[in-house]
Amino acid sequence: MPHVKCLQCRECKSEYPIGPLNACEFCFGPLEVSYDYDSVAKSVSRKSIESGPNTMWRYHDFLPVDKESAVDISTGFTPLIHAKNLGRQIGLDHLYIKNDSVNPTFSFKDRPVSVTTTKALEFEFEVLACVSTGNLMGSVAAHGAKAGMETMVFYPADLEQGKILGAAVYGPTMVAVEGTYDQANRFCSELADAHRWAFVNINMRPYYAEGSKTLGYEVAEQLGWKAPDHCVVPGASGELHTKIWKGLEEFEGIGLIDKAKTKMHLAQAEGCAPIVEAFESGNNQVKPVRPKTIAKSLAIGNPAAGPYSLEVLRDTGGTGVFAYENSIIDGIRLLAETEGIFTETAGGVVISSLKRLVKQGKIKKDEVTVAFVTGNGLKTLEAMGDFVAPIETKPDLDIFQTKLSNRKD
Amino acid sequence: MMTKRVKFTFPQELIKEPVIYKLGVDFGIVTNIRRADIRDDMGWVVLELEGEGDVVDEGLEWVISTGVRVDPIAGDIIEG
Repeated sequence: MPHVKCLQCRECKSEYPIGPLNACEFCFGPLEVSYDYDSVAKSVSRKSIESGPNTMWRYHDFLPVDKESAVDISTGFTPLIHAKNLGRQIGLDHLYIKNDSVNPTFSFKDRPVSVTTTKALEFEFEVLACVSTGNLMGSVAAHGAKAGMETMVFYPADLEQGKILGAAVYGPTMVAVEGTYDQANRFCSELADAHRWAFVNINMRPYYAEGSKTLGYEVAEQLGWKAPDHCVVPGASGELHTKIWKGLEEFEGIGLIDKAKTKMHLAQAEGCAPIVEAFESGNNQVKPVRPKTIAKSLAIGNPAAGPYSLEVLRDTGGTGVFAYENSIIDGIRLLAETEGIFTETAGGVVISSLKRLVKQGKIKKDEVTVAFVTGNGLKTLEAMGDFVAPIETKPDLDIFQTKLSNRKD
Repeated sequence: MMTKRVKFTFPQELIKEPVIYKLGVDFGIVTNIRRADIRDDMGWVVLELEGEGDVVDEGLEWVISTGVRVDPIAGDIIEG
């Protein structure tokens, strides 16, 4: 990690040496990795990146770990698809889907977890841990297995069996935490203080967050080394939104792309939209909410990066938009029926919100727009409900033809 | 001594309540405010609490019972 300078507080700007630390000792503000960009610029070019591996590690110069020690399960460099069919339906000529649901554990979480696991080994942690209700636990369990680390996965005791299996298969220690969401949240925070474990999104959060920047780099490279006019990003903690923008800013800062004029839109679900509500009311404060949404991967009522996501919205001219709960499944089906991509509920939020942004005139027909699809639909089958109405036929050609004709009528 | 770092979020109707003062007086907890933002309609305070034995947990239970939201300073850490 030759280009890393230090950890810096996002609030009071105090600096700290690189270590497993996530909060400023003075103001308790969150810490972020700070880089020597002059040094990055000297060692990186479009050519050097293009000759790298077809994974997120082609951008290793922008990450706070050494590439030689990367815990890599082939994450990243996922497809950027020109979504002509969907674009035609909603009125956009240059709509792209960044399909991050094809990562090894089927969500974008492999990006931050890959960086964090690498860093955890560097800090000589023996235990990798997380508390999660879905995508994150699968990714942590997989990376823990790859790294040969003992892995602890904590989850609320009432979690669906399918999600538990998606992590358990990798062999971690699974811990079901009883009590309310808030109790589980506080308990796991205390655990991180009590044990010397690498909790990926607690004490390792500064490194974890950096992995998401690679989505911004990839989009710019895949568009021919330029930033899009619009990004539509799903919002949970708000960190993904801020880091995609940080990725574009870093590319611009060292001259890999021209000035990024991207409007960074944030999409949340109606039942959990604290950042969007603050944006709409003009507040700088994000008022915590009790999540009540089918988009469980976005159900963070007290988002850690909420204020920073608000800053990005305002600095870039983006819009905070929510998807109505009853439109989320419609968004999933629209993407599947037009582009052949089956996304989870967070993707449904993005597609539904994208439609609203176009309808509101925030995105124009000829503008280059990237919608981020961050998880696979097979992860949230329970949310899809019962919409399948098959033709039921005996194995008889005449009967089938009659039923098919009736259906078409 | 037990030490905890937490964030209190006050709903509008509790902004004028001396919750932090009472933690000190009624529970004997040492409160150390590091960052705060109080507005007309809501407010939050990030602070460190220090006390003997279980008093910090007891104090936090009381704070929650008043209607003030108590979170770890890192916010919601249970991710999807």
